[in-house]
Amino acid sequence: MSELKLALRLLLRDWRAGELRVLALALVVAVASVTSVGFFADRVRQALTRDAHQLLGADLVLIADHPWKPDIADEIRKRGLAFAETAAFISMARYGEASTLTGVKAVSNGYPLRGKLRVSAGLNLPDNDTDVVPLPGVAWIDARLAMALSLRLGDAVEVGKLKLTVGAILTLEPDRSASFFNFAPRLIMHVDDLPESGLVTTGSRVTYSLLAAGEPEAVSALEKALKPRLGRGESLQSLENARPEIRNTLDRSQQFVGLTALLAVILAAVAVSLATRRYSARHQDAYAVMRCFGASSGRLLRLAALEFIALGVAASAVGCLIGFGAQFVIAGFVTELIGARLPVPSPLPAVQGFLTGLALLLGFALPPLLQLRNVPALRVLRSDIGLPEQGAVLAWGIGVAVISCLLVWQSGDLKLGLTVLGGFAAAFLLFGLLAHFALRLLDRGIKSTARAKGGGSAAPSRTMWRYGLANLKRHARTNTVQIMALALGLTAVLLLTFTRGDLLATWQATVPPDAPNRFIVNIQPEQKQPLLDLFKANGLTPPPVHPMIRGRLMSLNGSPVKADDFAERDRRMAEREFNLSYMAMLPDANEVVSGRWFAPNDAAAFSVEEGIARRLGWKLGDTLTWQVAGRDYSAPITSMRKLNWDSMRVNFFVIASPGLMDAAPTSFITSFHLPEASAAFANSVSQRFTNLTVIDMSAILKQAQSVIGQVVRAVQFVFLFALGAGVLVLYSALLSTQDERQKEAALMRSLGASRAQILSSQRAEFAVLGALAGLLAALGATGIGWAIASQVFQFPYHVNHWVWLAGPLAGLACMALNTWAGARSALNHPPLLALRES
Amino acid sequence: MNPIIDVNRLCKIVPLARPPGEAVVTPAPELVILQDIDIAVMAGESLAIVGASGSGKSTLLGLLAGLDLPTTGSVRLDGTDLATLDEDGRAALRARLLGFVFQSFQLLPALTAQENVMLPLELAGVPGAGELARAMLSRVGLGERLAHYPKYLSGGEQQRVALARAFVMKPKLLMADEPTGNLDAATGAAVIDLLFELNAEQGTTLLLVTHDEALAGRCGRIVRLAAGRIVPDPVEA
Repeated sequence: MSELKLALRLLLRDWRAGELRVLALALVVAVASVTSVGFFADRVRQALTRDAHQLLGADLVLIADHPWKPDIADEIRKRGLAFAETAAFISMARYGEASTLTGVKAVSNGYPLRGKLRVSAGLNLPDNDTDVVPLPGVAWIDARLAMALSLRLGDAVEVGKLKLTVGAILTLEPDRSASFFNFAPRLIMHVDDLPESGLVTTGSRVTYSLLAAGEPEAVSALEKALKPRLGRGESLQSLENARPEIRNTLDRSQQFVGLTALLAVILAAVAVSLATRRYSARHQDAYAVMRCFGASSGRLLRLAALEFIALGVAASAVGCLIGFGAQFVIAGFVTELIGARLPVPSPLPAVQGFLTGLALLLGFALPPLLQLRNVPALRVLRSDIGLPEQGAVLAWGIGVAVISCLLVWQSGDLKLGLTVLGGFAAAFLLFGLLAHFALRLLDRGIKSTARAKGGGSAAPSRTMWRYGLANLKRHARTNTVQIMALALGLTAVLLLTFTRGDLLATWQATVPPDAPNRFIVNIQPEQKQPLLDLFKANGLTPPPVHPMIRGRLMSLNGSPVKADDFAERDRRMAEREFNLSYMAMLPDANEVVSGRWFAPNDAAAFSVEEGIARRLGWKLGDTLTWQVAGRDYSAPITSMRKLNWDSMRVNFFVIASPGLMDAAPTSFITSFHLPEASAAFANSVSQRFTNLTVIDMSAILKQAQSVIGQVVRAVQFVFLFALGAGVLVLYSALLSTQDERQKEAALMRSLGASRAQILSSQRAEFAVLGALAGLLAALGATGIGWAIASQVFQFPYHVNHWVWLAGPLAGLACMALNTWAGARSALNHPPLLALRES
Repeated sequence: MNPIIDVNRLCKIVPLARPPGEAVVTPAPELVILQDIDIAVMAGESLAIVGASGSGKSTLLGLLAGLDLPTTGSVRLDGTDLATLDEDGRAALRARLLGFVFQSFQLLPALTAQENVMLPLELAGVPGAGELARAMLSRVGLGERLAHYPKYLSGGEQQRVALARAFVMKPKLLMADEPTGNLDAATGAAVIDLLFELNAEQGTTLLLVTHDEALAGRCGRIVRLAAGRIVPDPVEA
């Protein structure tokens, strides 16, 4: 008989006898959760990427300061990609006597390629998606332009030589970013009207964009083909380099989803390990007998390996199928929530799940099997001879190595993977040590209590409690393992319920609902006080107003700054005009990370944002020289700041100490939260101070919040799966000592203990185990939550105190269930059966 | 004719843990389990090894089966010195020569009676294992209980399955370790009758370890162990 055939026969027998069910279940759930998380995350990731493309309006945007040559457009069309073009510029829009500076965008049919424009039939009327663009001769205007020029639908607005009929109020442009140009009132017209407008002449500042969208492979092929052909003033924008604030959100959401997959993997590993440990403990005799029959250890190992690999393949296949099915179910109702069709999943997560299943088996199941190979055959004569211990370190080493590789692979992020792994490893060790010492301490306490009572006979129920508590020490080793596993499972559950909620809430809170939603720019020094008075007059709190100075970086430590010194991406940043400011107090949402903030009597100095300092090679102590209106200002950098860009406040890369630049030509800028009810205030500002631009951020803010909201909901669904894996670990942990407890209960019953006495003894033992495991889990969840928040996501983390109550309660509940289930099977079967099995 | 079992000056000594506080310069304490054992068993013979608990019987059996290694001395099975074989070599020799019956039956709880009997056949790659196992179980009177798991069999039935498992391989040499130790007198007697019947049928050499003088008396020859040494038969009064 071939070895595989025999191995399969052994597998079927073990399966039928129920020996492998827990292990198989652990594998199935592990692979199912990993694949469903993988499939779902893959689809969410694709959807997020696609939605993020809406923020570009396309998959790829080509931008130039001159009209594109027709061959580029032909190239896009030739590749079968969707195509559209736009031209954007600033111009005056006029209606009757009124006129205002307006951002004009001329668009072709098909624009935008990703996302949709939203329009309404009039001011303050409900808006809808639209698939069309304004016809030639028609303009769509935003609410601010309508209000500024008192335009209504059907009126004719003048732009250059054109008279365009207002056809709709534009409420949302998906690709409208937070750049300064876009804060002007908006007008969209058809690109065919552009030649007749007379606005596009030599020297006029127009941004010409070509938009492309299609299959990711085709888009990246196009990107690759066009990159070398870009000339002066031409650039290419893809998701990678567009909209850093949205990119940030995407990165974080992918980290959250990755974190969930990591937890599922760790939990699965623990469950597989516990299940195999049980299998191996129950099969020591069988291996000794088979060696006695003359089977060599190598043969037994091959048979066991084949048996387990066959099991692994079957369980992984079932897991993949369940995972695939489950993600469709989730996707079904998540689609409603995120309001978009999720893309079809790629087959990669199935491969990933399959490999994960086999890797878990190899890492965590084969090591105990390898140990089985060393069962001394002499055990058939002397049952007290067990497994030699030497292999244990190696066995765990393999498991830890396997899971480390899996974690880093699954997370695709070394730091996140190692943080989670390190957290769990530290928790595991700490749990082991604490459980060990707690049990010893308890034992000492029990003994001294017994001595104090003089060993006199107590009520039977109390005796059983004492017996149960004494069991804590008697089963010290298995109890320690059970506390560790239970605590780990509970840690995951707590982490996924309490801590997850806290993390998500903190994340959402980074864009609080009362975040500033209006900016006012171009405030002249003499307008500052009257403007603040206007706030007060309208019952609004005057916001902080910051000076803003346009300056160009001239030299670093006395050496002139040359564009060629920088990489292409940083070159633009180094060359452009910076918005500088000066102030005495560190602004909100800023944090000094090195050096120190200005003190009142300090010499002139600059404080810079750490990210831009890194990109442009500035270090603490370097002297920067800025040129403003022909005059140079030099000072050393005395502090680096970290900014919270999500805060929607006015942020400055470079801040001068008070006194250094006070004489430079300055305007002022402010941001504030304007409640919807007071929206008219913005108009009164525009009317009173005609030169001021009031920028409405609420639309952009709404868009950002809705993206975050979608991600949060998606992540929460993915969390459910990891939670399922956590519950399985709990189950395996409980099962791991069930055999021993059943035998003990049977023995006690045969010695005449009543049902109530056995239950009472088990309750005492389990109550302590459960409470201890729960406390450790609360400690673990808090610690890991803190590490993830502060080290990975850079959130401030607030401890949730409920976790200290929920942890022990959950531990007690688990053990109560265990007592009930264990006692039921121990007490409802004749004690003889349990004893015979031993 | 060469003996099938040939034991020469066999000793088994195990080190003991040094009591706490004892000086390291003193020789490490040792426990002598077996000392200077010489036994020769001819093919077809039946030999009982008798002794009280702790006399070293089971240790001797483990050494004779190559499950453990002696400290000094040699064991030759069917002409092969066990010391010249590695663990796998000794396992191969066991597969070729030996059948076992244990005091605690050692049936695999996850396998049915028939599957327990099939297991050594399957491990040896013998074709028709199922049929052979069924026939052997019928021979020991368990033809109706093929699909039963050990925990649903009585002690006597379990030991009969163990006998079927040992004899189905038609071993040259059967080693039995206290085969009635876990059975009541009547059941034990029935099992022993069956063991001797099968032994006679197959012409197997039998090595029986027991503390039961009556059982030992059914063997052709008795070796007595006391405190790890072979002692002469007590003089009959």
